[in-house]
Amino acid sequence: MAEPRPVLEMTGIVKEFPGVRALSGVDFRLFPGEIHALMGENGAGKSTMIKVLTGVYSLDGGTITLDGKSVRFASPLQAQQAGINTVYQEVNLCPNLSVAENIFIGREPTRFGRIQWKRMRKEAAELVDRLGLDIDVTAPLSAYPLAVQQLVAIVRSVSTGDGDGEGQGTKVLVLDEPTSSLDRDEVLELFRLMRRLKDDGVAILFVSHFLDQIYEICDRMTVLRNGTLVGEHMVSDLDQVGLIQLMIGKELDKLEELHEHQLRADVGETLLHAEGLGRTGGIAPFDLEIKKGEVVGLAGLLGSGRTELARLLFGADQPDSGKVTVDDKQVPMNAPNDAIGAGVAFCSENRKAEGLVPDLTVRENIILALQAARGWTRPIPAAQRDELVAKYIKALDIRPANPEARVGQLSGGNQQKVLLARWLITQPKLLILDEPTRGIDIGAKAEIQKLVVSLSEDGMSVLYIAAELEEVLRLSHTIGVLRDRKLVARLTNGPEITPSRILETIASGEHQ
Amino acid sequence: MSATTQTPTAPDSRTTPPSKLTTLLGDRRLPVLVTATLFLAMYIAGLSRYQNYGFGEPQVFLNLFIDNGYLLVAAVGATFVILSGGIDLSIGSVIGFTTMFTAWLVERQGVSLPLAVLLALGVGAFGGFLMGYVIHNFEIQPFIVTLAGLFLFRGLCLVISKESISISDSSVSSLAQTRVSLGLGELSIGAIAALVVIGVAFYVLHYTRFGRRVYAIGGNEQSAMLMGLPQGRTKIAVYTVSGFCSALAGLLFMLYIQSGDPLHAVGMELDAIAATVIGGTLLTGGSGYVIGTLFGVLVLGLIKSIIQFEGTLSSWWTKIATGVLLCAFILIQRAMTARKQT
Repeated sequence: MAEPRPVLEMTGIVKEFPGVRALSGVDFRLFPGEIHALMGENGAGKSTMIKVLTGVYSLDGGTITLDGKSVRFASPLQAQQAGINTVYQEVNLCPNLSVAENIFIGREPTRFGRIQWKRMRKEAAELVDRLGLDIDVTAPLSAYPLAVQQLVAIVRSVSTGDGDGEGQGTKVLVLDEPTSSLDRDEVLELFRLMRRLKDDGVAILFVSHFLDQIYEICDRMTVLRNGTLVGEHMVSDLDQVGLIQLMIGKELDKLEELHEHQLRADVGETLLHAEGLGRTGGIAPFDLEIKKGEVVGLAGLLGSGRTELARLLFGADQPDSGKVTVDDKQVPMNAPNDAIGAGVAFCSENRKAEGLVPDLTVRENIILALQAARGWTRPIPAAQRDELVAKYIKALDIRPANPEARVGQLSGGNQQKVLLARWLITQPKLLILDEPTRGIDIGAKAEIQKLVVSLSEDGMSVLYIAAELEEVLRLSHTIGVLRDRKLVARLTNGPEITPSRILETIASGEHQ
Repeated sequence: MSATTQTPTAPDSRTTPPSKLTTLLGDRRLPVLVTATLFLAMYIAGLSRYQNYGFGEPQVFLNLFIDNGYLLVAAVGATFVILSGGIDLSIGSVIGFTTMFTAWLVERQGVSLPLAVLLALGVGAFGGFLMGYVIHNFEIQPFIVTLAGLFLFRGLCLVISKESISISDSSVSSLAQTRVSLGLGELSIGAIAALVVIGVAFYVLHYTRFGRRVYAIGGNEQSAMLMGLPQGRTKIAVYTVSGFCSALAGLLFMLYIQSGDPLHAVGMELDAIAATVIGGTLLTGGSGYVIGTLFGVLVLGLIKSIIQFEGTLSSWWTKIATGVLLCAFILIQRAMTARKQT
């Protein structure tokens, strides 16, 4: 399948940021008509590699050869014109424009400089149709949920070079975690499309944290670790265990350890009790009891009300009904401040928009919640602050271990750890983790899960929300099952509870 | 192995069309409609109250364009900038400078009027270009850069002359007095120029790639960049357009007042921005229409007329009414964007 000459060759790629060497001499090649996985833990340099390739970052060293010609892109536009198109992890489209415009902007069909709206809408509708999607192209993009926006981004990038003959057609398609917000059907849709493009001779660079997806769709993979090249392998030559060992760089006992890990058997008395708590349009009234040292997992489909439930418990949304007692005292829960005062901490699933301040340093981000809890009139003494920060950077293994690094430059997994550190430092009684492992790699995932277990040992209660049922099962004492914005069942974890059992509960929507 | 279960989602949930109320509240044309309705309501109220004083004359309506043509042009420039997510505080100073510069060229230097007009437009556009260049290349807040522009151009006015220069050039006064009859009433050259500018701006914003890029950048600059749009060039162009519009507004203002004065149009950038916002353009960028700006200017102009018809009210009530309106419209905008997020 691989032709003798790669369509893209990157040699000795070096990229440095202030205080961080993100890539040191990485080689990478991509053949036409292959799907190539770029693998590595968070912070291994995958995103940096992609941004260097697509002209977002400038190169500090090394060469890029496209079709045998040496190239250097100063902007994404240049990369696009050369035939390299990218769909990023976060949807990078303009929500204020229509779907059709988002697909075509920058290369709208024009006649004497006048945009032909009709033709553009028609072509957009045809494109969307051809890919088997049901999207109204005249609606503003913001009318659609994230998953659909992601599909629109893919439509845009595969359609580049179609139509008006500008550009050279897509030679290289880069998909940076496109599947993290798609459901199974949408993923299959995407894979179907990827295979067709592959048959057309397009080289696809695919980044995903879902190993099964890599093994399902990819032909070859390049593994990075800490900004260096570990190796290039055919997917068929390397099994998943081998791959993870390459990525982590040490024997993989972490996950095994976790599997055998016993949950803390005895849970204490009731910490938090919600009675009839609910919010119209958010979640139907529910009762929930969380004991000291207990891990309560929430299982349910995307949009079943998991996050809404958590937000109510944190006071991020105001409840219409019901009350919350913490340690037998009623807490009003009208604002996050009430919850923080009662010892509840909340790590949002949307760490970029709702949690971290990317332009502040790691230290400032970590210290934020503690300072807020103390009030601005009582600053934390510098020495104590530095000591605390250093302690948590070490405990959570935040890399780079530099409190002065800007959070925006950290990888996703490390950003998640910074967010965790921020809340742990306040020593909450109840920690709400909303999708803490989404979009982060397997090593960091294992670390975060281990951390949850040890927090529970120390007597902290945890409300754990995750899309992966295995993850919820592995960690939780009790599992709350949600369906259609309603808490439908509470299962006590035990050997008889399996993912399929939970799925049945979700499907039937009934109390057992 | 890592669990890789994909949570299945109800596939139909994503393609459900939004409900009618959400569609209405989310419709970006709503604020323009609100402003147009407000204008109409104010006009009808004026008709019923001042009917006997000639408020119903078509010329009273047309005078809104004659008396506010310069503001309309300045507000179009402001609309471009605000749509792109920026702000331009130098508008008033550029207008003041243009009146001084042109008056000085024509009266003191004996430059012919067409050449003076070209020079003035060129200087205004170049000033905007420089500000855009600095904003883009040095990644400085537009607020600060255009604030510097505000001081710079105001200072330049005073360099030319500390006193006002009245214009006695015959071609200027004949231009100023030219009226084009529309049957029901008449329009000045300035008003017609302003209407042409509105038309051109509408075409540019909706039917050219440049115009759509302005919206894209205002919607999400980072995304626009990653989509391969030349966001730097677009931004510089937007400020150049604003500079050009300011200079043109200055020329119309000079035609209207027939003098150059270093203190002309102080604070007019705020009127232009207010008209734009009242016209429904979001200050965060990416949403708004130049037609809305037209209504915004008309509303402000109508407030002035009504206060004149009232006779006993101090002209400061214009400012008070503008302030109240601005507040109300920003609250409406807020309600709309909040609705969109949930």
